[in-house]
Amino acid sequence: MSGARESHLGWRTPEVEQELPELQLLVGEAEHTREQPLTGASPADVRERLGQLSNRFRGARAVSIRREPVPAAYRVFFRHIGLEPDIVRTPIETAIMERMVQGGFPSGSLLEDVLLIALVDTSVPVWALDAESVDGQLGIRTSREGERLGRAADAPTLPVGRLVVADASSALAILFGELAPGHEPHSLTRRLKLFSVQVAGVPRVCAEEALWASQAALQQ
Amino acid sequence: MNNFEQSVIERDDSAPGLMTAWGAERLVSLSGKHVAIDADAEQVAERAARASLRTQIARLEQQRSAIVGDHFPHICAPVVIPAGAGYGPALLDLGELERSRDRLAAAVQELRARVVERVEHERQAHEQLQRMRLEPGRYKFARLPVRDLGQGVCGVWEVRPRLGLIGMLAGWWELKLSSGCPLPRGSRSTRGPGSRR
Repeated sequence: MSGARESHLGWRTPEVEQELPELQLLVGEAEHTREQPLTGASPADVRERLGQLSNRFRGARAVSIRREPVPAAYRVFFRHIGLEPDIVRTPIETAIMERMVQGGFPSGSLLEDVLLIALVDTSVPVWALDAESVDGQLGIRTSREGERLGRAADAPTLPVGRLVVADASSALAILFGELAPGHEPHSLTRRLKLFSVQVAGVPRVCAEEALWASQAALQQ
Repeated sequence: MNNFEQSVIERDDSAPGLMTAWGAERLVSLSGKHVAIDADAEQVAERAARASLRTQIARLEQQRSAIVGDHFPHICAPVVIPAGAGYGPALLDLGELERSRDRLAAAVQELRARVVERVEHERQAHEQLQRMRLEPGRYKFARLPVRDLGQGVCGVWEVRPRLGLIGMLAGWWELKLSSGCPLPRGSRSTRGPGSRR
């Protein structure tokens, strides 16, 4: 099983490194070896794990989670990059809010569930790209004039100066935001590029664990 | 934050005759004299000022979260809506960070004011409860929700006549607490097992 040992740090442009020195992109690869397609329904073991996590999170935890170190670190970082965490919720708060509204973590596709489990277990968000659609190493930079999100013909244009996760050719995701159309894993994807975002106050081990958990769940 | 970082944050660009030069380790202030400032040194200084503002924002956010967590559900955080239409993750400049810090500071201030109000409200409610307990006859049918006491969200303290009408006529009053929050599955069935079909 390939694990967090194989994860590595993504690149950062000097301006990002100087302004947000503790912002890191952790990148890993995962082989999807399960029978079920990534976009199909989750197998029983994944749904069972979601159910267990649903029981672990109750209302009191939903209120207090913003004071836990890792979720609090993401809230602070959101403010540092101009996002209001009560409007654009951090990934873990989005998941917990969904848990409260739905009465449990709703099961989506296999990939969604695997990433959700990693998020709820560690409070660190993980995103996945189709590895075949990634050109070179991933890193963090700001978007350029007239740049598009992804390489698809209908890719939306990004405003200048957005923090994005990019490969050697183009922006593939807005930081803590949407993935570029055409670069998400699809039903036939077997090889994925996973990445998580580590910010000030988040221990490296938590970010690695999130990647490892996602890799392990896809390789069973 | 040191004096220079604060001066960078608070600097009025239109102020004539006051310029500040910053060496690698020391701060030199010169007034009334034009000094060519090394652009790199100014960038370093502004970066330090931005870092300082980020530290302040982090501290304010922690205070805000602590207040909300400690006083939930009685005090909810006001949403600090960022200015500007181009809303998204970006590297904020000094002005944006400063505005963000100021908005957050105002929100924390507002929350603190609400906490003071809330504490006073709860103190008055506790005094009222004490009076109702000591002299229930003076507070006939008075109701005091436990929410006002900061002890949860369900349940009501109420002064009621003991034994119903008899208590009313005899002047037997007592303070009672209602049974609290409704059960998630509704009230328990009053039917015995025998009546089940």
